[in-house]
Amino acid sequence: MATKEIAGNTIDVNEEGYLTNFGQWNEAIAEAIAIEEGIEKLSERHWVVLKYLQDFYKENGTMPTIRKMKKSGVVDTKELYSLFPGGPLKKSSRIAGLKKPESCI
Amino acid sequence: MEDGKIKKVSIICAKGGLDEVYPALILANGARMEGMEASIFFTFFGLNAIMKKMVKKLKVATVGNPSLNLAMPMMKFPITAPFPTWMGAIPGVSAMATGMMKKEMESLDIPPIDEFLEMISDAGGKIYACKLAMDMFKLTKDDLIDQVEEVLTVGQFYEKSAGASIIFT
Repeated sequence: MATKEIAGNTIDVNEEGYLTNFGQWNEAIAEAIAIEEGIEKLSERHWVVLKYLQDFYKENGTMPTIRKMKKSGVVDTKELYSLFPGGPLKKSSRIAGLKKPESCI
Repeated sequence: MEDGKIKKVSIICAKGGLDEVYPALILANGARMEGMEASIFFTFFGLNAIMKKMVKKLKVATVGNPSLNLAMPMMKFPITAPFPTWMGAIPGVSAMATGMMKKEMESLDIPPIDEFLEMISDAGGKIYACKLAMDMFKLTKDDLIDQVEEVLTVGQFYEKSAGASIIFT
């Protein structure tokens, strides 16, 4: 396991840059990871999605599939892709400080 | 592909059984989730999957399908138990096998074909139909679901696939 300096915090990350200890996550870290992922500024809509992912993970212990997200009514597929271009679920999970999603859907 | 990563996939779907269409959809959706460009070119009986009248009616073939076994329709038989062709020919058996497979898929969050195509299209994946197969089956673009972007000749398909990995499912 590696550590990384992000937004003035030293955090534990895996080889792909996903946080391994959610307890270390905070909003400043999210902003910094978002910039690494090519998202200049997290909007209110980004935060809605990130919050949904965190709540989902807390409740289920897994990451939602892209279909679950669509059915949740929180964000539709089109918007999700436009908020997190180039890998919506992977990027949003990383910014939210969660695990990389493993589902094929 | 300079850095060894696939950036674009063109998937060809030439068959129209339920089990024959899903691989193409899963590969295309998965590609978009990974940030790759993705398109599916439906040709021959694959056109069933994008026809308004057929998209909800695709079935698993229970006759002439040597890969099918009794475990596949989730009947809890061992995977080595073959699906007897005579059994598959009984009216309603194909529908039943299809129903069982759909139920199992739903539990894995795999959407029905029509919803899946909509998801792929919303995700920026492109859905194309083969012109020659359309002519052969006397179909027009009006017969196809709204998510179909364009009807293409083979030449146009290759043009659109420039730089892509082409996958035949």
